[in-house]
Amino acid sequence: MSGFLLVAGIVILVTVLLGLVRILRGPGDAERLMAAQLLGTGGVAALLLLGSATDLTAATDLALVLALLAAFAAVAFVAGLGMAVPDHRAGQGASGSASRADGDSPAGAGG
Amino acid sequence: MDLADGFTAIFVSLGAFFFFAGWVGLVRFPDSLSRLHALSKADNLGLGLVIIGLMPQASWPFGVLKLVALWLLGVLIGGATAQMLAGAIHLDDGREPPGGNGDFARRTSEAGRNNEPGAAH
Amino acid sequence: MPEIPLPDPRWADLPLAFAVLGLALWLTLTRGDRAAVIGFTGYGLLVAVAWVRLGSVDVALTEAALGGGLMGVLLLTAVARLGSDIDQPRPSLPGDLLIGLLCLGVAAGLAAVVLGLPSPAPSLVAAVEDHQAAIELGNPVAAVLIAFRAVDTLLESVVLALAVIVLWSFGADRAWEARPRALDFGEPSPALVLLARLLPPVGLIVGVHLFWTGADHPGGPFQGGAVLAAMALLVWLARLGRPPPVTDGFTRLGIVVGPLMFLLIGLAGVVLAGAFLGYPDAFTKPLILLIEAAKTLSVAVALALLVAGPPALSGALSMRRTGSTETGAKA
Repeated sequence: MSGFLLVAGIVILVTVLLGLVRILRGPGDAERLMAAQLLGTGGVAALLLLGSATDLTAATDLALVLALLAAFAAVAFVAGLGMAVPDHRAGQGASGSASRADGDSPAGAGG
Repeated sequence: MDLADGFTAIFVSLGAFFFFAGWVGLVRFPDSLSRLHALSKADNLGLGLVIIGLMPQASWPFGVLKLVALWLLGVLIGGATAQMLAGAIHLDDGREPPGGNGDFARRTSEAGRNNEPGAAH
Repeated sequence: MPEIPLPDPRWADLPLAFAVLGLALWLTLTRGDRAAVIGFTGYGLLVAVAWVRLGSVDVALTEAALGGGLMGVLLLTAVARLGSDIDQPRPSLPGDLLIGLLCLGVAAGLAAVVLGLPSPAPSLVAAVEDHQAAIELGNPVAAVLIAFRAVDTLLESVVLALAVIVLWSFGADRAWEARPRALDFGEPSPALVLLARLLPPVGLIVGVHLFWTGADHPGGPFQGGAVLAAMALLVWLARLGRPPPVTDGFTRLGIVVGPLMFLLIGLAGVVLAGAFLGYPDAFTKPLILLIEAAKTLSVAVALALLVAGPPALSGALSMRRTGSTETGAKA
């Protein structure tokens, strides 16, 4: 069983790595963020299989942390889009975002 | 023991197959949204099958419960992340995300700010 | 059934090593800042898997939590605030070659040292195992951190608190009463808000679990605190809550309670056990757990605040769009 799990883990790991190659090439940064998604699912699966094969009891804990935190790059990226978008749409977009930011600040400073 | 091993072998193989299918989709699909679709659906399904396959090998009860919790977490995070990434891809292509993304978010943020969610986390 | 020889687990290492090296190369060569940061987060996660293969799950947990999660948020928010049109002259080709040669030299030196170690490499593992039973901790890493090298860990907690103070000092004087604004972005996507509502309770359990299980299994206060900090950041990024102002008493207490508890117990050890940071035999494990609990809280608060940034007035957000550098004073 360990041998099978090990081979399966290696297969999934290689699939994840090949997927990374394709994703990091992709046009646009949002596309590259799919790497986080890929590692969050594929990486977790590979880790669980490899951990099960080599009898590593802490592999599930690491898989939990990996699953939780792999999304954070996407979270930060998407949150940052509220500010970053004006770079591509200079002028109109910038003023729109600026008014949003200024509208936020009185409420924020008052709190 | 043989039944458990056979169960594991079948489901883990299915899971690996779906990961491979997800990779094929990643490489062959023409645009970002389709690739995201391939990634989210196929890979999440693959993860679920792998976890189901690993359950007979895990200790009962807590090992199995941890695996189930991990799967639920993966599904939740995968779904939300896919939505966020799809919105980002729409913005990258110069479109507004569909579904009135901005209006809903603005309304919930207004409500949240008026209720003063609290000083510390 | 015929005996199939077990494949060597090291077969998994080859693609992993190639991927880590390839990704590192891609990171240095890629043009876009955001692309590089995203790749760097992925790199952190891959290196975490590599650490598992090297047998250090504790380091792997720290790498995943810090390198993958917190550093990713820190760098991405920095890139978002700086904007994607950063005008920087590219280093010249001779400069690039020199940097490359120096890096290669360092790598070659490290490889020579590691590969030239005698075959059972000198290590203190045996010594740790001999004395571990007295501490009642199953995890040798925890035993070393909390018991055998406790001074280093105490100093590390203090350094973390100092780092927060240094970061706060970057805030303008007149912004001192305000909240940190580095995470102040526009409207959060509804999916992000959903995630920030559902994930923190899970993250809280995982963080506390990591701290508790660190006594006997890989984990510990640092990893647990990092996960807790990540959950706080999630809530702040989704605008369901805001980072506390630096004048908030509870925040300051949270930063300080870890090092303070450690120091007090250490000083008590002078009286009760005859040495600074000595633990009296009867209370060793409870004292250690108390120190670690306080440390988890402090690490969580400090890491979250380190990513949240210095206190700033609302006008500071416009510095990127105007491109002026004197607004650095506002931030």
